[in-house]
Amino acid sequence: MVPEYETVIGLEVHVELKTNSKIFCNSTTAFGGEPNTHVCPVCLGLPGVLPVVNRKALEYTIRTALALNCEIAGFSKFDRKNYYYPDMPKNYQISQYDLPFAQKGHLNIELNGNIRRIGITRVHLEEDTGKLVHPATITTSPYSLVDYNRAGVPLMEIVSEPDLRSPEEARAYLEKLKAIISYLDVSDCKMEEGSLRCDANVSVRLQGKEEYGTKTEIKNMNSFKSLQRALAYEVERQIEVLGNGGRVIQETRAWDEGKGITLSMRSKEEAHDYRYFPEPDLVPLVIDRQWVEEIRASLPELPDARKTRYQRDYGLSAYDAARLAAELELAEFFEACVKCYPQPKMVSNWINGELSRLLNLHNININACPLTPPQLGALLELIEKGTISGKIAKTVFEEMFNKGKDPAQIIQEKGLIQISDEDALIKIVNEVITQNQKVVDDYRAGKDRALAFLVGQVMKVTRGKANPELVNRLLKEKMQ
Amino acid sequence: MELYYYPAHQLHQMLVKKEIKAEEICLSVLNRVSQVEDKIKAFITLTHEQALAQAKKVDEKIARKEKISPLAGIPIAIKDNICTEGLRTTCASHILENFIPPYNATVINLLNQADAVIIGKTNLDEFAMGSSTENSAFFTTANPWDLARVPGGSSGGSAAAVAAGETILALGSDTGGSIRQPAAFCGVLGLKPTYGLVSRFGLVAFASSLDQIGPFARNAEDLAWLLNVISGHDPLDSTSRVEAPPDYTGFLVDHVRGLRIGVPREYMLEGIDVQVKQVINQALAKLTALGATAEEVSLPHSKYALPTYYLIAPAEASSNLARYDGVRYGFRAGNAVDMIDMFKKTRSQGFGEEVKRRIMLGTYALSAGYYDAYYLKALKVRTLIKQDFEKAFSSFDVLVSPVTPTPAFKKGEKTGDPLQMYMSDICTLAINLAGIPGIAIPAGFINGLPVGMQLLGKPFSEGILLQVAHIFEQNTDFHLKKPDLK
Ligand SMILES: [Zn+2]
Repeated sequence: MVPEYETVIGLEVHVELKTNSKIFCNSTTAFGGEPNTHVCPVCLGLPGVLPVVNRKALEYTIRTALALNCEIAGFSKFDRKNYYYPDMPKNYQISQYDLPFAQKGHLNIELNGNIRRIGITRVHLEEDTGKLVHPATITTSPYSLVDYNRAGVPLMEIVSEPDLRSPEEARAYLEKLKAIISYLDVSDCKMEEGSLRCDANVSVRLQGKEEYGTKTEIKNMNSFKSLQRALAYEVERQIEVLGNGGRVIQETRAWDEGKGITLSMRSKEEAHDYRYFPEPDLVPLVIDRQWVEEIRASLPELPDARKTRYQRDYGLSAYDAARLAAELELAEFFEACVKCYPQPKMVSNWINGELSRLLNLHNININACPLTPPQLGALLELIEKGTISGKIAKTVFEEMFNKGKDPAQIIQEKGLIQISDEDALIKIVNEVITQNQKVVDDYRAGKDRALAFLVGQVMKVTRGKANPELVNRLLKEKMQ
Repeated sequence: MELYYYPAHQLHQMLVKKEIKAEEICLSVLNRVSQVEDKIKAFITLTHEQALAQAKKVDEKIARKEKISPLAGIPIAIKDNICTEGLRTTCASHILENFIPPYNATVINLLNQADAVIIGKTNLDEFAMGSSTENSAFFTTANPWDLARVPGGSSGGSAAAVAAGETILALGSDTGGSIRQPAAFCGVLGLKPTYGLVSRFGLVAFASSLDQIGPFARNAEDLAWLLNVISGHDPLDSTSRVEAPPDYTGFLVDHVRGLRIGVPREYMLEGIDVQVKQVINQALAKLTALGATAEEVSLPHSKYALPTYYLIAPAEASSNLARYDGVRYGFRAGNAVDMIDMFKKTRSQGFGEEVKRRIMLGTYALSAGYYDAYYLKALKVRTLIKQDFEKAFSSFDVLVSPVTPTPAFKKGEKTGDPLQMYMSDICTLAINLAGIPGIAIPAGFINGLPVGMQLLGKPFSEGILLQVAHIFEQNTDFHLKKPDLK
């Protein structure tokens, strides 16, 4: 019998906060810029400089922690994490060790209709590092350059409990976390720009066992898809190692997107001793309860609440409501459309259907497509009024999506107005009946499918513009 | 008497009354430097031209009948671990030999606003680690009272310059006695302010939780004037106190009636030179004759100050000095085969022996498996030491002790034995651990060498310390004696 393994995953997520200035100085956090232009003596770690905490970064961290149902510390401090790497100007990172700003939170994920609560171990704040730039690959370059523009950008770390039981759950967790953080408006959450990063701790154990298996840490996963792929690979790799009578080694492994495998980076023995100690340049922080309550009171509606509201107020299905609420921009777009055209179910169908399909097809964000809510509203109105058929509407919608034109204009230009004129259609109906006498006989003999064929013939003649309901009625009347 | 030996407050009056020009003061000091600097070697960098230009600006202000601030036109020397924009700041280390900061320390901005005249950057033990300036990567400064002896350290250059008349005032930094010990060895006054009174922004960090910038002068009033300029909250230093400091010149009254002096038993035990004890007892007799009371007090955890200090200070230093890796600025060793090799070569060649010793000590103390036994325990003892002082200050206004166990020692005398060198700071280390203020004032002489008395107060009681120093000065002439530098 093949043994059954259970997957155990915990995620460490790093989020760059979108404060205007860096965590300990006044340098800008703007993305990009010529190398080493968004810097000052403080974030370059010149001799004698001192850090001063950006209160906004602290506020954003508490805001996030509250949204994740965490307990906020009354007393917290920063610590130094010591290790040598040239992307760190001081060769230590100001981070938090034993007294993070927040602990013991949770968020809920939903997968295949099941809701699971995932624990959040801690939320803390630290400074981001710069980056090394190589003219070739890291092993073949004759030199490295270093850019400190990102050094000192506030970085929030969110560590989950090892509560995730599959790569799909891990992905759902990360997507939910991203949704919450976007709603809070504290980060851009762009994985491709590195403002949202994720490392994973993975292990497997025999089904029913209490103790955890030996874990590996997986790095370098740059999208939701690569997270899921990397974890699926790693889980399978570990099961195979164990199945062959081997042992999983505790180590850090890097995901190779191109090859679709994880590779060993360094073992536990090679792991750093970070020599943490309290940062003496910053005084410990006593976090004012009243301030925390003010932040709590200012929290926006979060994805779960919005989903519930869509079900309750708009009568949407759980599935549709969840899809809309998962992305703030999409949810905002939906609500703007409902304002223009107050039939939420219809709007939801179009957004979760055609719009999502096209967004995925072109791989763009809702904000990047030229279509506006009033335009979608106008389109739905035209369908309702019978000016165009639902089928034609899809063609019109695609044109709207690509060009940002008003639906009326497209219909005009392409002559797509639906024929709802009885007098105009009756002639065509008569012609079709005359030319398809056999099919008409079939219909009269009780073959319902014959009607669909005849409707199709009318549509063919009118190039799809005939009002289908009217055609149906007219055909039936004539054939009685 | 030459202008270079005048008190700052007197020079200010003469400037205001137009009896002299700031340029004359500056020239007097610069001439003195050119006469004696060969022997003393107090300065790493001198700024003749800028100093004269600055002095002339003050003269122009006076000519325009503008009000000038108390330190306007007064020459001041700056320890070379305090950053000066556009002016080399070396920390007496090869690793920063050519480092020119693109910014000023907050204290330098304050001095510039006060129109003080910066005449140069003074020698120190490399990165302020030492008690004699013998750890300077460049040269050793001589004690003006005996050129064969050390001036103390680490702020030895600043203390010697003040004593030799090469400047009127100076700034130093004190992490475990680095202002008070050289002040005592050179027969001048030096103050280590309460932690948080003076901004550390721009002071190249040695041990962040212990470092403080402080003033040197030849009398208590000048010390108060300089403290007035450099103290106060700095938004760039999170550890600086928000409350505004008082006007310290307001404390210079002429009585000590009712002052309760505590004399810590542990600071008068074996290890302290008998003659030094005599000097302190005579000084105490003087103060009690002036109306103070003196009583013995115990600081039971004093004996742990040295080991505690030598865990906490190196631990912080090991992290603070990690940034000197040759990547961004300062010295970079050549012929490195890869990144790690560059780090190793740069730091091996760039740092001196004592700096490396302390980096290793500190790295060890913070390492996994040793942290609890060393660093964490040291933090706990630090709290006990602090509590000793709190308890003492519930019964006493000031504590009095020697600054050093002996007068200035000979060059080379202790360089072979780091522990012997560390012992010369035995009376000053605990004060930094407790974060309280301490002042060293001239209290007597042994065989022609100055002996200092240390006055300690509760946090932010610098005013009382200056008051006692001032009264002692009014009734003695130790601070008026000058070294013979023919
Ligand atoms: Zn900066």
